[in-house]
Amino acid sequence: MQDFGAVDDALLEALRDIVGPAGVVTEPAQRAAYGYDATPGHRGRPDVVVFPTCPEHVQQVVALAARRRVPVVPRGSGTNLSGGTVPAAGGIVLALTRMNRVLEIDEANLTATVEPGVVTAQLHRAVEARGLFYPPDPGSQAVSTIGGNLAENAGGLRGLKYGVTGDYAMGLQVVLASGEVVETGGKNVKDVAGYDLTHLFVGSEGTLGIITRATLRLLPLPEHRRVALAVFGDLEAAARAVSAIIAARIIPATLEFLDRGTVEAVEAYAHVGLPSGAQAVLLMAQDGPREAVDRDVERMAAICRREGAREVEVAGSEAEGEQLMAARRYALSALARLRPTTILEDATVPRSRLAEMVRAIQAAAERHRVRICTFGHAGDGNLHPTCLTDERDPDEMARVEAAFEEIFDAAVRLGGTITGEHGVGLAKREFLPWRVGPGALEVMRAIKQALDPGGILNPGKIFAERPRRRRVVHAG
Amino acid sequence: MRASDGKAPVRAGTGRALLEAAGDLTYRCIRCGFCLPACPTYGQTLLEPESPRGRIALVRAAFEGALAVADVAPHLDACIGCRACETACPAGVPYGAILEQARAAIEAEAPGRRRWVERVARRVGVGWLLGSPRMLGAARWLLWLYQVSGLQRVVRATGLLARLAPALGRLEAVLPPVPPPWRRGGRVASQGVGSPASDGAAGSRGRVAFFLGCVQEVALAEVNRAAIRVLEAAGFEVVVPPGQGCCGAVHAHAGQLERAAWQARRNIEAFERVQADWVVSIAGGCGAQLKEYPALLAHAAGARRPGAEQEMGWLERARRFSNRVRDFTELLADVPLPPLGPLEGVVTYQDSCHLRHVQRIVDPPRQLLRRIPGLRYVELPEADRCCGAGGIYNLTQPEMSQQVLDRKMAHVRATGATILAVANTPCHLQMLVGARRSGLHRQGLQVRHIAELLDEAIRRGRTPR
Repeated sequence: MQDFGAVDDALLEALRDIVGPAGVVTEPAQRAAYGYDATPGHRGRPDVVVFPTCPEHVQQVVALAARRRVPVVPRGSGTNLSGGTVPAAGGIVLALTRMNRVLEIDEANLTATVEPGVVTAQLHRAVEARGLFYPPDPGSQAVSTIGGNLAENAGGLRGLKYGVTGDYAMGLQVVLASGEVVETGGKNVKDVAGYDLTHLFVGSEGTLGIITRATLRLLPLPEHRRVALAVFGDLEAAARAVSAIIAARIIPATLEFLDRGTVEAVEAYAHVGLPSGAQAVLLMAQDGPREAVDRDVERMAAICRREGAREVEVAGSEAEGEQLMAARRYALSALARLRPTTILEDATVPRSRLAEMVRAIQAAAERHRVRICTFGHAGDGNLHPTCLTDERDPDEMARVEAAFEEIFDAAVRLGGTITGEHGVGLAKREFLPWRVGPGALEVMRAIKQALDPGGILNPGKIFAERPRRRRVVHAG
Repeated sequence: MRASDGKAPVRAGTGRALLEAAGDLTYRCIRCGFCLPACPTYGQTLLEPESPRGRIALVRAAFEGALAVADVAPHLDACIGCRACETACPAGVPYGAILEQARAAIEAEAPGRRRWVERVARRVGVGWLLGSPRMLGAARWLLWLYQVSGLQRVVRATGLLARLAPALGRLEAVLPPVPPPWRRGGRVASQGVGSPASDGAAGSRGRVAFFLGCVQEVALAEVNRAAIRVLEAAGFEVVVPPGQGCCGAVHAHAGQLERAAWQARRNIEAFERVQADWVVSIAGGCGAQLKEYPALLAHAAGARRPGAEQEMGWLERARRFSNRVRDFTELLADVPLPPLGPLEGVVTYQDSCHLRHVQRIVDPPRQLLRRIPGLRYVELPEADRCCGAGGIYNLTQPEMSQQVLDRKMAHVRATGATILAVANTPCHLQMLVGARRSGLHRQGLQVRHIAELLDEAIRRGRTPR
């Protein structure tokens, strides 16, 4: 990694001048608490943590950092799963949690304008109180921030029908690496004036600029929602059901999948009443006008039965629906208890290749003698192979790494991707070339070079110094 | 900057053993952050080191030698210990155990770093006054003497306490007058107190050994009496085992694990002497501690490994004891009560954190309140969030405690409640402080333990009307 400027007393003094003394934190313990996110195995320690409360603070801090060539790592709630907020090269962690106001909910234009530190669930509550709907619902929505969701282009359970965070980003205010501020997009539904810079910054993982304000698209809140659950005795039948549902021109709000290992873990932990011997469970939900919802849910249930589901249960009420969803809600809890370390990956394939991908995951786990349970968003092919391991066991960790290498390879081979919604960060930078190829990678590097020639914004992320050589893995 | 990150010296002994035990548990944290929205101190500060995930990471860093124990201490001190994070945690991280063992390690490795108020509170209050049944008796006398001698009037008139130790002053200001100790002393020491319930069903539902609690019995003794009357009216035979004392929670939370274990062994012995079906506590925090005696004795044994085998007999006795412990509301929830007379007003309920997040008792207190005719029950927003009492937290960390309390009282105000029901001693005192601080006491807000409300309803149910 390149050489950066030192964080010295003069710099700290200048930072205090910008954000006030209370907004600059240098105690070792405090800094240590800003050295990690939810990614296992990746930790750093910033030299200083800075808490801006307005875009001007961010702008001045970044301008100062640019002059002094000090790394700046933007951070929300630190729920990232690819090491995106780990200060790999030290420097400044810019904690945006105090910029947490919902600035405006525009009911005429159906937009919300927010600061980056707004917690996703906080936005959900604010807009739903007005009968509006912000669909992106990443698993950490109760904790994660909108700034982080945008920077990682986070997904969630509603991705199939409603898309991901980026699909709701209409306009951004961004502080560039130079300290300049740019505004992109706005409240226009149609706007083709120049390059789509909004979506250049969405998913840029804090490497191109720091989002200080966002205008987001809203929808009317669906009036009704209904849930169904189907239990399958074999994996292929579940995969066929997913394909048949889509082929029947139904786009469910949620179409979630749990494999055998996950079902067993959930049942052992929460006793939700899933039958033993289930190879796969599908959870389906539809939302919208009542008649349309009822019709779609009944049709999905019928398709599951036709494709050989052993049991199909349709919720009669919202409360029953909540109970059926419990199986999915408990998935992470049930799995995370089994071993000390939980590695949650997000290999993703076109949904028609779902069964093949699950088989490839199971084969890789078996071959390398590691425990991997898979659940995820079957509707959009976004799976969460979840490895239960112990980071203190180097031998096992080597096997885990080998298994995941195989899984990423399989995903790419099936026309999929190494990450569907978690981002590349530190965790998957070595694998990025596998997915995007040398040409696209060069374009990405050129963009980074153009916007951040000094490389101070979230250094070490996305681009690996030494990409992993792709071995030809023979499946089966 | 980096120089200060040098490895902490690793020292052998109890502190290191405790740190190792705590450090090992930290590896269960998957750092998902789901605990952040549940944490009152994170909610107030939005600072990672003041969150459960942050504190766990710091304990782990200390264990791994990446931070000095003394650097971690202030952030552990700032934890109220409500354990709401355990309810929120998907991975089942035993945060309470990590906190207690890490605090014990700090006590052993980095003493003498606290402010004087805190040192006095810990040594005199926790260590000495609550230390033994005899000292508890003395505390009762002292408090009574303080109130009747005129000293209280002097202290309040001069504002002496308010100036010396404002947090203590606020607490002192809301203490109800305590009855003369000799009146309660006899009653407490005797077994099988009280007259049988008027319906003649006394004892038909079984025998309850009543746990008094230390601060409860010193400051809010009348609530204990009310609870005993309710239990008797519900058909239980109630005995108050002599020789019982503090549950040890304050000691355990302060990192004094040995002292806490001593309290546990003494209580187990006292309650073994009276054969009873249940051990009942009216304080969510005490009950949680009583239910966790097996874990406490195991931790204490683990901290000094040489003597661990001798603990084995105690572990079994602790298990037998803890299996019988019930919260007052837990025991009464499924039991028919005598006819309840009507009370008036709007009632809301503040969860005791340790009742909800440790004992996992959520519905019984609410059910009992709903059974009282005439009262309209309103759910308190964020009832599951800590009130900031945290045992002696309101004395040791007054600023944070008051921030948390102010948020709580704003919610209470929004409910329009005239009665704020509680189920734990520190919450009871803290809510009394809150009622006064927010001015809600002038608008007629009463703070009452559920036992008092039931007692009054039963009394009104008996009176011919």
